[in-house]
Amino acid sequence: MIALISVVILLPFVAAFAGMLLGPRLSETLRARPPRDKAAPHAEAQAEAPAEGRRARWQAAATAERSPLRNGPALIACLPVAVAAVLSAVAAFAVWRTPGTRTGTLTLVETGTVPIEIGLRLDGLPAVVGLMVCLVALAVQVYSVAYMAEDPRYSSYAAFISLFTSAMLLVVYAGDLLLLYVGWEVMGVCSYFLIGHHWEDRANSRAAVKAFLVTRLGDVGFLFGVFVLGVGARSFDIGEIWARAGTLPHATVTAAALLLLAGVAGKSAQFPLHTWLPDAMAGPTPISALIHAATMVAAGVYVVARVYGVFLAAPAALALLGLVAVVSMLGSALAALAQDDIKRVLAYSTISQLAVMAAGLAVGAWNGAIFHLLAHGAFKALLFLAAGCVIVTAGSTMLRHYGGLRTGMPITFWSMTIGLAALVGVPPVSGWFSKDSVIEAAQHAAAHGGDIAAGGVHIPAGVAWTVYAGLLLTAAVTAAYAMRLWLMTFFGEPRGRYEVREAPKLMSWTVAALAVPSAVVGFFGLGAAELRPHLGSAVVALLCAAVGAGAAFSIWNRDPAADPARALGPAREVFARAFYVDELYAAAVVRPVQAVARQVVAVDRRGIDTAVVGAARGARRLAEPLRRPQNGNPQTYLTGLIAGIVLIAAGAVIFL
Amino acid sequence: MTGQEIVFTLLGVVAVGSAVLVVTTRQLVHAALWLVVSLGALAGGYLVLTAEFVAWVQVLIYVGAVVVLLLFGIMLTRAPIGRAADLDSGNRWAALAVALATAGVLVSVVVIGFRDASMPLRAGGGSADALGAAVFRTWVLPFEVLSVLLLAALVGAIVLSRSDVGGPKEKEPTKKRGER
Amino acid sequence: MHVAYPAVVAALLFSVGVYGVLARRNAILVLMSVELMLNAVNLNLVAFDVWWRDRLHGGQVLTLFTIVIAAAEVGLGLAIVLLVYRNRRMIDVDRLRTLSEDAAPAPEVGDGDAGGVRAAAAVRAGGKGAAT
Repeated sequence: MIALISVVILLPFVAAFAGMLLGPRLSETLRARPPRDKAAPHAEAQAEAPAEGRRARWQAAATAERSPLRNGPALIACLPVAVAAVLSAVAAFAVWRTPGTRTGTLTLVETGTVPIEIGLRLDGLPAVVGLMVCLVALAVQVYSVAYMAEDPRYSSYAAFISLFTSAMLLVVYAGDLLLLYVGWEVMGVCSYFLIGHHWEDRANSRAAVKAFLVTRLGDVGFLFGVFVLGVGARSFDIGEIWARAGTLPHATVTAAALLLLAGVAGKSAQFPLHTWLPDAMAGPTPISALIHAATMVAAGVYVVARVYGVFLAAPAALALLGLVAVVSMLGSALAALAQDDIKRVLAYSTISQLAVMAAGLAVGAWNGAIFHLLAHGAFKALLFLAAGCVIVTAGSTMLRHYGGLRTGMPITFWSMTIGLAALVGVPPVSGWFSKDSVIEAAQHAAAHGGDIAAGGVHIPAGVAWTVYAGLLLTAAVTAAYAMRLWLMTFFGEPRGRYEVREAPKLMSWTVAALAVPSAVVGFFGLGAAELRPHLGSAVVALLCAAVGAGAAFSIWNRDPAADPARALGPAREVFARAFYVDELYAAAVVRPVQAVARQVVAVDRRGIDTAVVGAARGARRLAEPLRRPQNGNPQTYLTGLIAGIVLIAAGAVIFL
Repeated sequence: MTGQEIVFTLLGVVAVGSAVLVVTTRQLVHAALWLVVSLGALAGGYLVLTAEFVAWVQVLIYVGAVVVLLLFGIMLTRAPIGRAADLDSGNRWAALAVALATAGVLVSVVVIGFRDASMPLRAGGGSADALGAAVFRTWVLPFEVLSVLLLAALVGAIVLSRSDVGGPKEKEPTKKRGER
Repeated sequence: MHVAYPAVVAALLFSVGVYGVLARRNAILVLMSVELMLNAVNLNLVAFDVWWRDRLHGGQVLTLFTIVIAAAEVGLGLAIVLLVYRNRRMIDVDRLRTLSEDAAPAPEVGDGDAGGVRAAAAVRAGGKGAAT
């Protein structure tokens, strides 16, 4: 079994390098076929193409779709991920049939103090999350074949996605915190490269650097948290740490949990390190779907779930996690309400939903949080990919340019409707089940004065109430912004100059395929008691959502051509700027750092450089007299040489 | 002091004296001619040392060939015939000091080192017979290598002195002084 | 015969040659002085060969070789001197100063052109020296 999941991890890893090195060559090889082969699909495509008005991008995507089997990088990217998905499904099935933990140590690094076990660990949580990662990665890879068809750097793009997939699987299956950290950092660097994929635009590379630096800030805390845990528990093994978390000194556990929380906040884009995620939307849309919605950002929540024992032993960290989650979920939901860019709406929605998972963990709903992670992975990937279809068709990312897309692109419309329903939590799609289990746990914790569901741990009652209230409010706001997005995109009159037609089949079918798990994954929760919907909490949450959605609809209904966000009045600007957190950081951190940097440059130039240059000039001036004999006359040189030889010889004769 | 020593000393005085004239004379052609005298005296010295074959080679090659070559060089560079004031550079006094120091060190070392060494002179030690045998038996490989070296020097000299083979192009002289 | 006689003569000849090489300005005279130094070495070689009664006659054979090499050297040397004469119209060794740096402090970055300028300056200096 361990060998199987090793293969699952290694397949995309190999694919990354193979795609980078061999991809273009493979396309050359595949293209060198007799032209008779090619003629048939070409004529067919020409026949179905409309006579006029085809946008170039659409055309390129359709061309790529026509020959996906001729595209070397695409083949190298998609096939290994598909195989990995099958293998991870086999692993998940095996775990489902015979539950239990399977561990395997690949190698043991003796460090002198705490040994590092490089090993994998498979139980229920990694099995389902790994399967989810593989499926989403496969969907994104297939989708990208058409979406990135005209991109000149497609092969490196696909290779980085493969590398990312491998790293994410390493995080998921790692049995050791340090191995997990390796995957964690590789994911971060892949995210950096992919956000900056279109680096020709300065803003994109700035966004990439911002994402990299902000997540790195959290990762420092994470790394030290790993060290504290490892040294405290005398092992980096996740199972060992979980087992010994209760016996460690309270201060150690709390410190470790708080440090880990910093990394989690950075990776999962929670307040106050959330500012990178909306900017990360500068990357291609499939990247946003895979990395910045479905998988990588969920890794933070996943890690909390993975070492949950540590957090259970440190209620203070749990309480802090809850508060951070409430701030993140409510703030970013409000920010999403006023965004103009469809991808930024989804980005803030991602922050908000990740905060829901974090809140679930804070109130002890471990299963509920993981359930929401899986459901969110499915429906958020769906939403982003559908948004990509919309962007390709409409040629813009701005909501105010859309409208009336419902008729022309039915597959995208229905898929996105399912995704948004899941986001809002409309029964019976997946989001309703998962969100409800989280809300139910929060309600339980609030009602019982802070005693959370998992094993007699207590968090302050005020925190529990705050989390509960925050979840309900967020449900309302989420419904409002989802409604706004849905209405502005698909209903009303077209507001841009474009021809409404379905995206290329490779893209729309992928979206449709993702709609299936988004819709039905919730029913799997019926198998576990704590995941079943509860009437009380469900009704309250549904009421909140209905209020939000109804408000959005009524405002829109008055004037379908205008943006419903206008009703926010003066608060709209505040929400659109996400409460000026970026400006605050710019004033508090960026500008002082830049000022200090300028001072350092000045000191360097005036102090250090002057000293160096002065030393050089001084040496030159001192050497001036010594240059005199170097007048180019060989006789002088020879005179000196022979005089020296005679002196040495005389010295040798006299003294030896 | 034996007769051989007297003869050798006389020849040595001639050789060194004419050598001094070579390096001090004001006339280029005279320098070449004094070089003939010096080298000839040395050939005599070789004879006294029983190295008769070397002596004849010295006369043939040095006096016969090398000096003629040098005279050609003097002629081709249009050196002034007659007294010339600027044959010595400004380095003369330093050169004199260095040369005297060299002479002092060398002569004192040699005199101290070979104070009581003497060599028996026996006729036939340097005959053409003996030397020919040595060259073509023991030293035949260096001899052949040397012939290659001579060939290379020949080719090199031709390449260097012909203006139409490779070489830098003849420049406009910055200042003519050949007519003096 | 006393070994010191040929040794002393050789030492003196060598010193005279050193003086000539260092003090003479005409390149052909320098070549002659080099010949003197070579002959001093030859004399030593012959003398020690006779002294040691070498059965292989290494010293005398080496003398022959040296004479041959000296002949080659003079030939090549004269060719070089002729080339210099053809380019510069003079063969004064103390005026062939292209090796030297410029008198002014060298610029921070030397490019290819600076070398040519420097060479021209040296030629000009040589011309000026000849005029005095």
